[in-house]
Amino acid sequence: MNNVQTITKGFIKENPVFVLLLGMCPTLGVSSSAINGLGMGLATTFVLLMSNMVISLVKGFIPDKVRIPAYIVIIASFVTVVDLVMAAFAQEVHEQLGIFIPLIVVNCIVLGRAEAFASKNNVVSSALDGLGMGLGFSFALTMLGIIRELLGNLSFFGIKLVEADGILLFILPPGAFIALGFLIAFVNRIKKTA
Amino acid sequence: MAKKESTLFNMVFSLVVVAILSSSVLGYVYEITKEPIAEALKAKKAKAIREVVAEFDNNPVEDMYKIPTVDATDSLEIYPAIMGGTNVGNAIRTYSPNGYSGNVWLMVGFMPDGTINKISVLEHKETPGLGSKMNDDKFKNQFLGKNPADFNLKVKKDGGQVDALSGATITSRAFGQAVQQAYDSYMKGGKHE
Repeated sequence: MNNVQTITKGFIKENPVFVLLLGMCPTLGVSSSAINGLGMGLATTFVLLMSNMVISLVKGFIPDKVRIPAYIVIIASFVTVVDLVMAAFAQEVHEQLGIFIPLIVVNCIVLGRAEAFASKNNVVSSALDGLGMGLGFSFALTMLGIIRELLGNLSFFGIKLVEADGILLFILPPGAFIALGFLIAFVNRIKKTA
Repeated sequence: MAKKESTLFNMVFSLVVVAILSSSVLGYVYEITKEPIAEALKAKKAKAIREVVAEFDNNPVEDMYKIPTVDATDSLEIYPAIMGGTNVGNAIRTYSPNGYSGNVWLMVGFMPDGTINKISVLEHKETPGLGSKMNDDKFKNQFLGKNPADFNLKVKKDGGQVDALSGATITSRAFGQAVQQAYDSYMKGGKHE
């Protein structure tokens, strides 16, 4: 697999949300608006990129039996860094995302990529894999956020399009499931024809 | 590169190294973000105060004092706004525990006679799209310029004068209660002379 494929596979072919169905908790929790989805996606992308790089660098030094605890400590450190930096410089988004930032630690995508990819590949392809997967995750969350915000609040990235109430259901959790279901169906359709 | 053997020494050693490295990175990041985080929190508070009271030339955050709530079980923070030596209003950080989920925190600005100047929502965990609409001007504006002495802060359903948000009566009720608590505590002895 070449480098371009490593980075693009996260968008459609192996999209963590639409195809692998990983990380559903933050996906459904924070995608109530486009900006929240994007913020969460980018925070996760940073963690994925950094943890994939570091784990692929240190994989030779860590005995097999303790690799999971070591990976988790590395991931948790990067998540805490993101948490602190966002609290300092992006207060608004940080407040909106709240509890979901610390929960990136247990996002299965991050540990999943560490175990399935970074622990077996070199630094460059691990970094690309993390970046690709992260961007795919951001893409999915932003799409979901745009749809939910549009239908539920009649606005686009916080800009009110029509002065009226939207379909409230789409802001609430059940709407997230419905919107996600339609998106997955759509992606499956694209994959079939492609 | 061959994997390290999973001997006790190797396992303990590698985990210790990972832990030491991570904690030093975290310590470093914590140090450099400590100041900006404190600044951001302070700026947020100052902004909320500026939103709800008339223009002032003192520093309300530094002049903050606490007043007991009416039932004396808790205390509220009160930020006096002073312009040229006279008290032109007070911002009170108040809350109600009776929201739909968690506390509803408000910053209520009172004029010296107890009339509500403006209200800003600080923190809440109400349902997005329902209770969160208490932050819209459409709802908040009905309180402006009202004096709780002759304006009943209960929702209309409970015999008061507040138009509840549709689908979020509980939130509207909590909002009114929080304002009422601030007003009662303020009039009862929190007045700044």
